[in-house]
Amino acid sequence: MLGLPAMDAAQALADLTEISSQIEAAVLASADGTPAASTFTDEARGNAVAGAAAELLRAAEEAGGGGGEELVQLQAAVPEGSVFVVRDAERLVAAVTGPEPTVGLVFYDLKTCLRMARDEPAGSEPKAAGRTGKGEEGDGDREG
Amino acid sequence: MKGRLATTLVVAAGSVAGALFLRRRSARNREHVDLYFADGSMVSFADDSPEAARLLPLARRVLSEAR
Repeated sequence: MLGLPAMDAAQALADLTEISSQIEAAVLASADGTPAASTFTDEARGNAVAGAAAELLRAAEEAGGGGGEELVQLQAAVPEGSVFVVRDAERLVAAVTGPEPTVGLVFYDLKTCLRMARDEPAGSEPKAAGRTGKGEEGDGDREG
Repeated sequence: MKGRLATTLVVAAGSVAGALFLRRRSARNREHVDLYFADGSMVSFADDSPEAARLLPLARRVLSEAR
């Protein structure tokens, strides 16, 4: 289990989706994909996204190309949207956006989220973020 | 009269087909995976690379799970 308080992880994600209109949904998880919090109200979906994002990260590491350097973040873009994953030594944060996001801004926001979560003291259970997930509601208030 | 109508229809159909082709090709070209490393370096895999062929389906899975 991830050494992170559920409320703090959820708060970090809530802040992330609050400040970034481009991020539709996000999960915070341990490096192996064990979820700590997500923007989904459905826990199973959060788990599935966290697992799939961890698998993407592992496959990207195996794909290599960094000359032995540690992979710290990635963006995978397809016409339907983009997947972003940023990680540190212990955990990762993954987010999905629509097509053609502002890449630098999304990475900046994800790194901020990860730093906020890292700065919190240790804790317990996975939990949904403190606001309803955009990924499930599609409230359409995106600023682009 | 009929001949002009037929020509117009052929030209219109060709324009639509061309636009669809270009749009599809442009969408495919947008597919890529960018990896960023701790030393600040970045590697980009285009959609026709073997690395992207492995990574893009995983990205699509993340997107489909999330939506």
